[in-house]
Amino acid sequence: MALLELRGLNKHFGGLHVTNSVDLVLEAGEIHCLIGPNGAGKSTLFRLILGEHHPGSGDILFAGENITALKPFARIHRGLSVKFQVPGVFKGLSVRQNLEIALQRTHRSVELARGIDRLLTFLNLEAEQMQTAGNLSHGQKQWLEIGMAISLKPQLLLLDEPTAGMSPEETHQTGEMVQRLNADGMTVLAIEHDMAFVRQVAQRVTVLHLGQVFAQGSIDEIVADERVAAIYLGQAHA
Amino acid sequence: MNGLPGFLRRLEGPQTVGRGPAFWITFAIVFAIACAYPLFSDGYTVGNTVYFFVWVFIALSLCVIWGYGGSLSFGQTAFFGIAGYSYGILTLNFGSAYGFTLAALVLAVVIAALFALLLGYFMFFGRIAGVFLGIVTLAVTLMLERFMAQTAGPEWRIGAARLNGFNGMSAMPPLTIPWSGGDIVLLADIGLYYAVLGLLLLVYLGLRILMNSSFGNVIVAIRENPERAEMLGYDVRKYQLITFVIGAALAGISGVLYTAWGQYITPSSMGMTAAALPLIWVAVGGRSDLTSTVIGTLVVLAAFQALTIYGSQYALVFMGVLLVLTVLIAPNGLVLGAMNLISRLVARRSKGDV
Ligand SMILES: Nc1ncnc2c1ncn2[C@@H]1O[C@H](COP(=O)(O)OP(=O)(O)OP(=O)(O)O)[C@@H](O)[C@H]1O
Ligand SMILES: [Mg+2]
Repeated sequence: MALLELRGLNKHFGGLHVTNSVDLVLEAGEIHCLIGPNGAGKSTLFRLILGEHHPGSGDILFAGENITALKPFARIHRGLSVKFQVPGVFKGLSVRQNLEIALQRTHRSVELARGIDRLLTFLNLEAEQMQTAGNLSHGQKQWLEIGMAISLKPQLLLLDEPTAGMSPEETHQTGEMVQRLNADGMTVLAIEHDMAFVRQVAQRVTVLHLGQVFAQGSIDEIVADERVAAIYLGQAHA
Repeated sequence: MNGLPGFLRRLEGPQTVGRGPAFWITFAIVFAIACAYPLFSDGYTVGNTVYFFVWVFIALSLCVIWGYGGSLSFGQTAFFGIAGYSYGILTLNFGSAYGFTLAALVLAVVIAALFALLLGYFMFFGRIAGVFLGIVTLAVTLMLERFMAQTAGPEWRIGAARLNGFNGMSAMPPLTIPWSGGDIVLLADIGLYYAVLGLLLLVYLGLRILMNSSFGNVIVAIRENPERAEMLGYDVRKYQLITFVIGAALAGISGVLYTAWGQYITPSSMGMTAAALPLIWVAVGGRSDLTSTVIGTLVVLAAFQALTIYGSQYALVFMGVLLVLTVLIAPNGLVLGAMNLISRLVARRSKGDV
């Protein structure tokens, strides 16, 4: 069954055609990776899915419902959640308060405190819970934001470059975490440049290039595709 | 504070400075002194102190909207003026019998809040934010001042109330509490002092609870990162609008109390200077905390008045210097900086004792 379905999504920024008739079907329960050169339109596609940008034309279906006209917060209520490319934690607030704000919409009193503690343990941030989130290392901020995103228990988790700036071990741990969440039933769409991560988790890969779906398949098929190699090489030489 | 019912436990929390027995004992002492003070003073001085208290509500309104919510509004004086004029128009028409002045207080505050609801709806749902919010609110404030200033003619009347243009309205009845043994008229001395002090206590404690509640959490989250707040499922614009309306109501309380205190209100209460002064009190005190806002406002107002005796130009220069000092030394507010320093020292000492 399709959980997310994008139908002919078009988005222009001025004269720039950032997403060009994008069709994409995400099956419930899969881990899907979205790759493509810088500026391909990957993050923009996320913002279209989340309702932060509105498509010039096209439709977005989530769990069978057309959500194209819904406000962003309402899409979150439907079961979407996101970790953005640039970590967006509440910098001036403590780590604990960050998690409290994420959880308080669905949890109350004792349950809320317990939920926060569980997340702190899960994220390995217990020692930092009273620290101001702005003082965390880049990797910790990344983890904190992932923690806030998954605390909503979404049906579909969107991750925009979750491992940027992480060491290989941390990247691997993040991959394991994504797999664990997936095993519990969460569908994941991840934008990632780190091919080791993609290889570790992706069940299917979509390549976006110049705003268009360029190729789709298993990681082996994508790696073997010479045309895909060419667009990455083209970019390296540019 | 674990034995207290849930909402009272929110009197302290991450959003308000000051916690534990040391803070609350100090608080109780200060409040006791404030209660006893009129017994050792004269009517004029007490009336003057009420005047200071009156302004604290508008300062708190800025604290909530700007300090906690992160939206700089110049519109607080507009809500102040709307509520003040509304009180005047209502009481000049319907008098003070049967406790009507108290109903007029509530009605005037509601009118200011409704105006904020309308203005805020167009701003927040029209995606006006940041600097533009400041510009729009300032424009509305100055427009209201201009409008009221040209209402001198006899055709500008609402029932029995003449608006009187630049000279403003006067002679509205003071707040009056109906009582079996004869109405209690709260003139600008001891009576009004206790009424305003009581209201201030309620509002201050109520705001502490509100700011440490889940609502307060969302408000500061929006200040820190509105996009993230939305992505956690919060309807950011709705929360901003509610905060704006709460702030307008607080400013409205100031407006009514000011009008009832002096029994007059003029358009200049909505002018440029009137709009700028509360910003200075709140910035100097520490806009992101309720307590520092209250202390800062009272201290700056008292200092301002003391200096005015030597000439108002000195007082205004002093305000400017104070603002520059704040920006240089403690951008989050001088009083808040001092309070944080004290609580750190106390924490260190109590650690040393163990
Ligand atoms: N708000 C905006 N206004 C104008 N142009 C934009 C906006 N956001 C993105 N763009 C442009 O759209 C194109 C696609 O940007 P996008 O961020 O979606 O790329 P991306 O695939 O996520 O790239 P990266 O891998 O570098 O993150 C880029 O050329 C970018 O400059
Ligand atoms: Mg991107």
